[in-house]
Amino acid sequence: MAEPMRIRATMAGDVADVKVLMNHAMETGLRKDAKTGQLVPAHYITEVTASVNGTKVLDAGMSGGISKNPYLGFKVKGPKAGDKVVVNWVDNKGDKNTAEATIG
Amino acid sequence: MNALRRNVLKSAAGAGTVAVAVAAGLLKPTLAMAGAPRSAFEAKNVGDALKGMGATAAADSKDITIKAPDIAENGAVVPVEVTSGIAGTTSIAIIAEKNATPLVADFDLMGGAQGFISTRIKMGQTSLVRAVVSAGGKSYTATKEVKVTIGGCGG
Repeated sequence: MAEPMRIRATMAGDVADVKVLMNHAMETGLRKDAKTGQLVPAHYITEVTASVNGTKVLDAGMSGGISKNPYLGFKVKGPKAGDKVVVNWVDNKGDKNTAEATIG
Repeated sequence: MNALRRNVLKSAAGAGTVAVAVAAGLLKPTLAMAGAPRSAFEAKNVGDALKGMGATAAADSKDITIKAPDIAENGAVVPVEVTSGIAGTTSIAIIAEKNATPLVADFDLMGGAQGFISTRIKMGQTSLVRAVVSAGGKSYTATKEVKVTIGGCGG
């Protein structure tokens, strides 16, 4: 069920600018279904990690307070064009997804 | 189950590092650790969230910039950008003070990652957005008010 995520990484000087768009419902567990009036069960990404060329650069914890289809931007100093960025996420139901991109 | 594993790993690693630092006289035992445990995400108010992160003594800093709209028409999607000019920034946390669970996200930075995070958060109502930055074992904080016209949590 995990849909693909998109990563775009570009160099700006000696800093890589990485932008990630994940596909996820990010249900907080507090929202009610408009038709049934029942609470929609919580379903959100709890952890995101990113690495560049195998070196971990980001380890994030998230809650349902992040918007649906989360966007994440971060900057890493050091990599070169052609280096690989890998992003992983895990949600509260144990679903996971991974994607990689080449810094351009 | 994964959350538990993460906590166990984190507290084990965190405890080890702090113990070494304390032994070396580098850190006072009360100073903050980088990385919020999962329990901090379940805190229902700002005080508990900060306590869970070990950042109750965070000092106000002008070197933290929060870029967010003054007025957010849609609380479900509020773009927030945090830039920390503090050298050696190891983590950035984002807190929406009046959300049901205020701690929105916590980003540990390493391996050359700069003190910069850009994301989009949900806000239930008008409140302060607080950024908490850890650098060199200490915590720093800054806030920016965002007015929300349509809430994005629950309903």
